[in-house]
Amino acid sequence: MSQQRIPAWITVGVIPVTNVLIAAIAAGLVFLYLNINPLDALQSMVSGAFGSGYGWGYTLYYMTSYIFTALAVAVAFKCGLFNIGGEGQAYIGALGVGLVCLGLGGHVPFIVLLPISIIAAAVFGALWALIPAALQAYRGSHIVITTIMFNFIAASLMNYLLVYFLKPVGTMSVESAVFDAASWIPKIHEILAVFGIRMAASPLNLTIVWALIVAFAVWVFLWRTRWGYEIRSVGSNSSAARYGGINIPRVVILTMLVAGALAGFMALNVVQGQAHQIKLNLVNQMGFTGIAVALMGRNHPFGIVLASLMFGFLTQGGSELQFEYAVDARIVVVLQGLVILFSGALQHMMKHPIERLYLNYARRRNSASDEQHAAEA
Amino acid sequence: MELFNSIIVILDATLRNATPLIFAALAGMFSERSGIVNIALEGKILISAFFGASAAYYFGSPWMGLLCGVLASVVFAQLHAFATVTHNGDHVVSGLAINILAIGLTAAIGNYWFHQGGNTPNLAFGETHARFTPIKLPFADQLADVPIIGGIYSELLSGHYLLVYLAFLAVPLCWYILFRTRFGLRVRAVGENPHAVDTAGISVAKTRYLALLMTGILVGFAGVYLSVAVTAQFSPNMSAGKGYMALAALIFGKWRPRSAMWACLLFGLLEAIAIRSQGVVFLGVEVPVQLVEATPYILTVVLLGGFIGRSVAPKVIGEPYVKERN
Repeated sequence: MSQQRIPAWITVGVIPVTNVLIAAIAAGLVFLYLNINPLDALQSMVSGAFGSGYGWGYTLYYMTSYIFTALAVAVAFKCGLFNIGGEGQAYIGALGVGLVCLGLGGHVPFIVLLPISIIAAAVFGALWALIPAALQAYRGSHIVITTIMFNFIAASLMNYLLVYFLKPVGTMSVESAVFDAASWIPKIHEILAVFGIRMAASPLNLTIVWALIVAFAVWVFLWRTRWGYEIRSVGSNSSAARYGGINIPRVVILTMLVAGALAGFMALNVVQGQAHQIKLNLVNQMGFTGIAVALMGRNHPFGIVLASLMFGFLTQGGSELQFEYAVDARIVVVLQGLVILFSGALQHMMKHPIERLYLNYARRRNSASDEQHAAEA
Repeated sequence: MELFNSIIVILDATLRNATPLIFAALAGMFSERSGIVNIALEGKILISAFFGASAAYYFGSPWMGLLCGVLASVVFAQLHAFATVTHNGDHVVSGLAINILAIGLTAAIGNYWFHQGGNTPNLAFGETHARFTPIKLPFADQLADVPIIGGIYSELLSGHYLLVYLAFLAVPLCWYILFRTRFGLRVRAVGENPHAVDTAGISVAKTRYLALLMTGILVGFAGVYLSVAVTAQFSPNMSAGKGYMALAALIFGKWRPRSAMWACLLFGLLEAIAIRSQGVVFLGVEVPVQLVEATPYILTVVLLGGFIGRSVAPKVIGEPYVKERN
């Protein structure tokens, strides 16, 4: 009676796919209620997101943002910390990017400015994660609550800075001046045009390359470095890690600094690559959605890149539904909520039935082969 | 007199602002005392505000609005219980899912029903009188001109919505339920030491479902208050962080009804001041309204850091399984 092992393909393949399918069925019911044929809706989402260069551009643009905010959740999660502060960290990261672009844009060449703005995004995002991290590490305050509070504090702070300092005199809308064009991260369609390849204009910019590099770097960091090992060991068993001589408060702070920096990078995509100015609410819930993406991607950089593509598809395809069916654009938010509900909160709902199903099947096959062996002998 | 009048106006607004926070904080108290983290208050406020306003409009009655709003938040609270109690799901993830679902569902369904960009029709417009109206306490008109008393009685105490008075009644009521009834004892015990409760032959799961039922009912009042009483209309995202602020007040009040109420009043006062303090100069410095707005969150962080007293969540301190003195 040895304990049967559940093979990996069930854990990382069948169960997540089942969860997404259930979320899709629930979403389908919502669509039916809203008088939309779910299959037609799916078709127009797919063609809206992948049917044209324009659609691909938006899908990949959203994907870029999600990679960063999801990695910010995943790295913290590997240490057993729930970072809900991606929203605020990305927002403050945008301040760093904005200040660099406003201050240096047009004065230094882009090739000099870009590394500075990357560093600024990381430093500002990391600093915003530092206080919750320190409070968690040294005073035991719960990081979920402190990072939620810091999201609100970031929103107030950015509102204040925009109104009193960054808003150009004489303008009505609360946003900073537009950056000098010399500081803009080039769009992909502009680069392709240089090589004579035509692609419809979209906000997709070079930040996507940085996102993929960063995702790979996070994998190396977590699984191939000493620091990553410490983070993972604190996350999987903190008392064993402490016994093993790991300085837990230091690891907690290091982890949150990395997480904050990753969330801050999201600003490169949205602020320096697309809007070219700091706007109110520019993070637009992507910090929260990053939690769903990280869940879907099983907190692994490779999974996160795939899940980000899926959420980019949901975001872009969903906004296409708005035009086609006159449905509210926030129907996408329903889809995201259902995915979080079924593959996050209710992830164990299908786990046990599926595992039991597999075990029954495996036992029957084993006993069949045992009988065969017996017969041969 | 000028100063007295503006103080009365600010305190009046404080009561109004604190009401949804009190309901939501009391709601959160039942959930968190039973050991279930509830960051989903925000979404439940939004859901009940939406279904409350829709039902009030459809039936032409604020009472039907109250009933349906509360039912809707109860459904979502039980969904939270289903995920966290039955399927051992992560409390924070489940809460987030509910918050995100609430934003999307209210906007998408609202737009489908009413075609007003996610708003519900105005509940107090033309022929429709589906909104709660303010209650005038007896003799409020006669006393209005009496100095001081008139201001306090007729302006500050009279003329609020029924739900405002209910919120302040709910505080001692919830205290009684939590600290003087068998159900309350079980809720607290389940939050401190579920194993002991289990050993005593009491179902932990059932107790937690019931605690979340209380959460759903109370937070439903908060949402209905916003849409059916204050604004007489639902608009997308109208909860605007109130659920998180109520959570902050709950932590600030150390998971106790009366202290949580004081925290809600403090936050309500800050909100009232923030609205009036645009451009006010204090000690030669212009007070940024954003700083006043952020103060509840900053205070909560400072409190959580243990710099102004400790506020430890029920399950973490693992208080012994005895009757508490309040």
